Amino acid sequence: MSSRHSRRTLIKAGLGALAGASGFAAAVRLADRHGLIPANCRGVYGLSETLTYAGQRLLTRLPSMAREFDRSQISTVIPVNGKAPQTDDYKRLRDSGFADWRLTVDGMLARPGALSLAELKAFPASTQITHQACEEGWSFIAEWTGVPLWRVLEHVGIDPKARFVFFFTIDGWWDSIDMDDARHPQTLLAYAMNGPQMPLDHGAPLRLKVPRQLGYKNLKYLSRMTVTDSAKGIGDGLGSSAPAAGYSWYAGI
Amino acid sequence: MAEAVATPGVVMRRAVALEAQRHTALVRATHWISSLSFLVLVLSGIAILLAHPRLYWGEAGGLGGPSLLDLPLPFVLDTPIRGPGRYLHFLAAWVSVFTGAVYVVLGLASRHFSRNLWPARAQLKLAEIKSVLGNHLHFRRATAEDLAAYNVLQRIGYTTVVFVLFPLMIWTGLAMSPAVTSVFPFLATTLGGQQSARTIHFFVACALVLFLLVHVALVWQTGFRSRMRAMITGRAGSERKDAS
Repeated sequence: MSSRHSRRTLIKAGLGALAGASGFAAAVRLADRHGLIPANCRGVYGLSETLTYAGQRLLTRLPSMAREFDRSQISTVIPVNGKAPQTDDYKRLRDSGFADWRLTVDGMLARPGALSLAELKAFPASTQITHQACEEGWSFIAEWTGVPLWRVLEHVGIDPKARFVFFFTIDGWWDSIDMDDARHPQTLLAYAMNGPQMPLDHGAPLRLKVPRQLGYKNLKYLSRMTVTDSAKGIGDGLGSSAPAAGYSWYAGI
Repeated sequence: MAEAVATPGVVMRRAVALEAQRHTALVRATHWISSLSFLVLVLSGIAILLAHPRLYWGEAGGLGGPSLLDLPLPFVLDTPIRGPGRYLHFLAAWVSVFTGAVYVVLGLASRHFSRNLWPARAQLKLAEIKSVLGNHLHFRRATAEDLAAYNVLQRIGYTTVVFVLFPLMIWTGLAMSPAVTSVFPFLATTLGGQQSARTIHFFVACALVLFLLVHVALVWQTGFRSRMRAMITGRAGSERKDAS
């Protein structure tokens, strides 16, 4: 073991580490450019979260439509997770048939503002019979009607540099989806479920319907929608309100 | 290593060890990484299952509707258990899948499967199977010949785990993903639906745990120390030599 030998080993190891690090950095830049880095990539489980997200995003850029079902397959029992808010504000909105409710729309778009339920219903509607699975394990099939989110985003003039659409609810939850899901034809701002209206406990007046993700991404009781190019600066910067509870930002699982 | 050559005893022991080379580095490394990730998958899987220990058949199912099986377990919705459980499950799944891919690709390239794992036609005779079973049931100590190659029951067990049970776990896992089935709907429909996939995922996991218990019991029975040493260092040696 000469010192020359160990120096050569050291230089080789250093060059190897440098090549590895720069290769990794290049891969990260490439993945980022193609929208394959999730909002929670810096969390404790960032590596596996990124692998799952990048893998599924590469896959869902092939023709990708959530499975649709026959009307006869609609579930007869639909469990409720999180009942309608019991606040005075919500009760007042409910009692007036949500006439005074507005969806605030802001962020990276040309025409920020607020949309009423009637304005949302004036868009061409879309109906789907899809499966919704709760991360707990149970699931149901229901028929949903609403306005495709992409129509609303076009209407308000979304900035092409936007990367996330954040949603905030009357009862304090918030979450976000990427542009792949925001522009997907099956992603709805849903105002009806299994009938002409949205049942109160299922999210009236408006809930998000993202059928290619688990149930918890389908936020109920929407009140505000913000378009951004970064998840940083909102909450803990991981893209949703409860990542620590196991509610991973990306829930295509 | 240069120092070792100077000691005659070490050289001799090395010669014996080389003769008894049992597991390649590939098999040993992937065995222990898979063991660890499987353990994490089982524990985190239990944490996830406890949120809703009720199994269904078909596309959908929930409380208030019919179930296939109500497991005699409590509903535990504590997020301190389920949260890390979900994250760890997907982390360990990635480790397991990468390890499995390396094992299968290199195992095929090195003809590990055809040489060591695939049961030979001659072995698949009832008499052969009975004799191996009899050895185990009578707690007969493993002979040197036994230690040199896998017997027919080991071959059947290991190929089933590698080529049937693990692929089934991956398939049923992916069939529960609404994003993956939006591209490959047949992953769920061929199984009868998303809830059927969840139920099969559970039962195949049980089969893997059962395999693990039998596997560990047999390792114990046939010589725990030599078997463990073989899987850690690659060298087998017999139990008796350990004592000396």
